[in-house]
Amino acid sequence: MSEWARLEAFLTTDPRDVGCDEAMAVLHVYVEAIAAGLDPAARYPGVAAHLAACGPCNEDFEGLLAAVTNPDLGG
Amino acid sequence: MDEASREWLAALGAEGAAREEGVARLHDLLLRVALHEVARRGTAITGPELDDVAHQSADDATVAVLAKLPTFRGESRFTTWAYRFVVLEVSSKLGRHYWRRPAARLADEDWERLPDRFGVDPSAHSERREMVDAIRRAVDEVLTEHQRALFVAIVLGGVPLDALVARTGSSRGAIYKGVFDARRKIRAFLDANGYLDDAPGAGSDGREGAGRP
Repeated sequence: MSEWARLEAFLTTDPRDVGCDEAMAVLHVYVEAIAAGLDPAARYPGVAAHLAACGPCNEDFEGLLAAVTNPDLGG
Repeated sequence: MDEASREWLAALGAEGAAREEGVARLHDLLLRVALHEVARRGTAITGPELDDVAHQSADDATVAVLAKLPTFRGESRFTTWAYRFVVLEVSSKLGRHYWRRPAARLADEDWERLPDRFGVDPSAHSERREMVDAIRRAVDEVLTEHQRALFVAIVLGGVPLDALVARTGSSRGAIYKGVFDARRKIRAFLDANGYLDDAPGAGSDGREGAGRP
């Protein structure tokens, strides 16, 4: 990817992006669906778009998924 | 609702010693998740400071879970719902911790950093100048003061979004929205002025309020 393409990718926004508050409000449902092998992006396209664009929310998504799928945590 | 979630609700909704035992179990579980999460993130923080972040996150998440208990609707397992609180607390605490670093400060408008953010070769002087001039012109002409401040801090300064949340007292959602609008407006400006003619997918608009969030 060229430098200008990298810049353009950063500047490109997805109109489906629901923002942090809406994405975090359903993160537990979204993560549990992923952990069950389902595709929650079909039901929540705006959440998927947000997680693809927002580094901090994606980090929280990864963290919650790691916790839910870690058998040693034994919830 | 699954059986384990019902048991959690019963324990936390009990009274006296039964409730205390349930709260202690919840705290213990959230502390284990917090310790796992701070380790997973691989931050520069180590040792007792990292343990402090985990303990504070578990403490605050336990309080938050108990306060929000009436809102749990069983859309997921109780533990998944509760883990979300502690993961968000870890983010918040790490954002606050960022400002304890000696070098941490809000960035000046050092535009020479911009090409580095997008991987422009330091020796490609004309390309670096072209990118800086284009973005600077866009920022000057289309961003509000608020959007400009966010863009400078996050893009030029590399300040993590959660650190900016801690610094400004704003919410993550509000800051993300400001940066989202800034990105969209800059892109529209570059598009309208022919900077992205050779780039694929050009053609978005930059109307305030267009699209989400």
